[in-house]
Amino acid sequence: MTKSILLVGVGGQGTILASKLLTTGLMEAGYDVKMSEIHGMSQRGGSVSSQVRYGDKVESPVIEIGGADILVSFEKMEALRWLKYLKPEGKAVVNDFEIESMPILNGKVDYPKGINEELVEQANATIIDAATKAKELGNSKVMNIILLGTVVKSMGLEEIDWEKIISGNVKEKFIDMNIEAMKIGMDLVK
Amino acid sequence: MKKLFTGNEAIARGAYEAGVKYASAYPGTPSTEILENMATYKESILAEWAPNEKVALEAAIGGSVAGARTVAAMKHVGVNVAADPLFTFAYTGVNGGMVLITADEPGQHSSQNEQDNRNYAKFAKIPMLEPSDSQESKDMIKVALEISEAYDTPILIRMTTRVCHSKGIVECFDREEVGIKEYVKDAKKYVMVPAHAKVRRIAVEERINKLKDFSNTTALNYFQWYDTKIGIITSGGTFGYANEVFGKDASYLKLGFTHPLPDKKIKEFASKVDKIYVIEENDPYIEDYIKSLGITCHGSDVFPCCGEMTPDVIRKSVFGEMNPTIDYDENKVIARPPTFCAGCPHRGFFYEIGKRKNIMVSGDIGCYTLGFSDPYNALDSSFCMGGSLSIGHGAQQVFNMKENNKKRVVSVLGDSTFFHTGINSLLDVVYNKSNSINVILDNRITGMTGHQQNPGTGYTLQGKETKIVEIEPLVRACGIENVRVIDPNNLKEVKETLDWALSLDEASVIITRWPCVLKKFSKEDKEEFKGAFMEKCSIDKEKCIGCRMCIKTGCPALSFDKEAKKASINPVQCVGCEVCIQTCPVSAIAKEEK
Repeated sequence: MTKSILLVGVGGQGTILASKLLTTGLMEAGYDVKMSEIHGMSQRGGSVSSQVRYGDKVESPVIEIGGADILVSFEKMEALRWLKYLKPEGKAVVNDFEIESMPILNGKVDYPKGINEELVEQANATIIDAATKAKELGNSKVMNIILLGTVVKSMGLEEIDWEKIISGNVKEKFIDMNIEAMKIGMDLVK
Repeated sequence: MKKLFTGNEAIARGAYEAGVKYASAYPGTPSTEILENMATYKESILAEWAPNEKVALEAAIGGSVAGARTVAAMKHVGVNVAADPLFTFAYTGVNGGMVLITADEPGQHSSQNEQDNRNYAKFAKIPMLEPSDSQESKDMIKVALEISEAYDTPILIRMTTRVCHSKGIVECFDREEVGIKEYVKDAKKYVMVPAHAKVRRIAVEERINKLKDFSNTTALNYFQWYDTKIGIITSGGTFGYANEVFGKDASYLKLGFTHPLPDKKIKEFASKVDKIYVIEENDPYIEDYIKSLGITCHGSDVFPCCGEMTPDVIRKSVFGEMNPTIDYDENKVIARPPTFCAGCPHRGFFYEIGKRKNIMVSGDIGCYTLGFSDPYNALDSSFCMGGSLSIGHGAQQVFNMKENNKKRVVSVLGDSTFFHTGINSLLDVVYNKSNSINVILDNRITGMTGHQQNPGTGYTLQGKETKIVEIEPLVRACGIENVRVIDPNNLKEVKETLDWALSLDEASVIITRWPCVLKKFSKEDKEEFKGAFMEKCSIDKEKCIGCRMCIKTGCPALSFDKEAKKASINPVQCVGCEVCIQTCPVSAIAKEEK
């Protein structure tokens, strides 16, 4: 049975590295893997998604509307933007983190209120604070690996040798911090 | 050895394994990474950026004629630029195998149109392959080169965004050297004067007939027999989508070799299934052919005429239903439109030009196309690469026909776009005595596609230092006498320069010279733009009067608090370009050291 993981966020949040580690781990664990990313027009600041699918044999690299087993959102408004891709029985893990887009920055509209409540009410959502946890670790950039940890735990992928995958794909001085970040993420969800 | 590759990485790997010696391209989403990855095989492949797609294809043609296996790669609209040499190369045929890769954009994720380049294979009478995933992308390069050499023809590989940018597992092998074939002068084959071309014209028809036989026998076109109530005929990325939806509830005719199409295989398949769906993206290319064989099938009557044919689209079209979804309040989702980055050198220029009245701004293809959007609302038009200067010229000529015309045209394009084809348009401006204002936004790199070197940067694709083509003397050599080079972050200078250009009754060129904020600086950049992007600005809350003048620069580092009626600057994003400082009427913004 093919499983579908949807990672969403804002350009620059590190979704690409997270999905690279995820797909590498899945491949080394013997799964067939396909992953799709769309590179939009903007270099920075746009809505981004990485669609990861794995199983015995994966046909389509893209996730259908209502097709994701888990939606992991690095930014909370993005979780709502992509929520229609989640299966009604799927899990959502949402980083309680706001990045204002241009209409909000220039004061035309406010950042929407009550997103977390909407997510918890309508979906099987867990709200986490990866930003604070990353800061406690000493580098806010590892927020993406904390979020990757939540995917690993939620999808039951703990058996994969993630320390090896991280060691092979990040700069040496960041390896320990990333391994720690992954563990923190795994502890944040059931 | 197994690797997780995007389709583009797989194409590059395939070219490496298949002994390709030379490749040329102009960057364009979603094709850009093909040459970027080919460039990493430095010992084996000479990979080059060309100034445009026509030049890229011509360079690859030259390489093929000289005896090497070659590749040219481009986005779908790039093939329009390269069409001229392509159609005649189809007549001459090759020496070393030659593959042209077109990366089409169903869904128009970052393109100005959705043209289906499979039509080019039919139009130019050349064979075509359509890979469905990364493994096929790698495998098909080798097959394509073999077909090219066996049938003496250039060959088209049609990719789509999802095939280019999706990753899949690919089995890799070592490179097989094929050597460079002997070059033999052969005017009858390569000099396409009418007397020779008429002979080759017949050869093209004979070739396409032979290729039709090949299409009917090749394993690239194959059956997958399951339930025969539904038969699916498909190609490229939609094969995976169709499998996702129908699985074993349908049988498949999977077409990997799609020009010429296999009439016998299609007839055989049609005779064994009850109902045929043709699933393809963009035009009804396969469907029309099947119908021409007198076979009844469903395609454009069932599926949407445009966009991607993803599994949910197929499901909805065929079964009339979608997967169940979660209901939620969509009003809580605010748009996240693309913007100029904090520190983008285009900001100062568009901030000023957006304020002008009675001008037409003729735009082009690049990050600066965003100058059309809020808060600048500056662009009047944008068509194609390099077109701004000539479209602007034509518009100015017509405006000038009106009595007492006051309307002036400002044409705007980037450095790489100027080198692409804008230079030809500038010659048109000069030669035909235009009075348009021509702006070259020189950010020292090809920006939007992710920072590719170009003739103005001083480096080749494979990192070699090379001559820097300086735009100012080039423009003067074209015959433009009124040229100014300015700093786009200096609003006063931008304003005064626009006033100057508008006061002239002859053509002018304004070059704004400041690097893209995301550019990795070369040693020349470090010297010229010393200290750039190393600082930041901040707003004194006491002084801020909440007038929002700074917000009108559209900088994502600036935000406005409606309740407090104060603007503020995000210190993480700000790089100290100083554009906002110049807009503040009460000098509330100041520079700090970072």
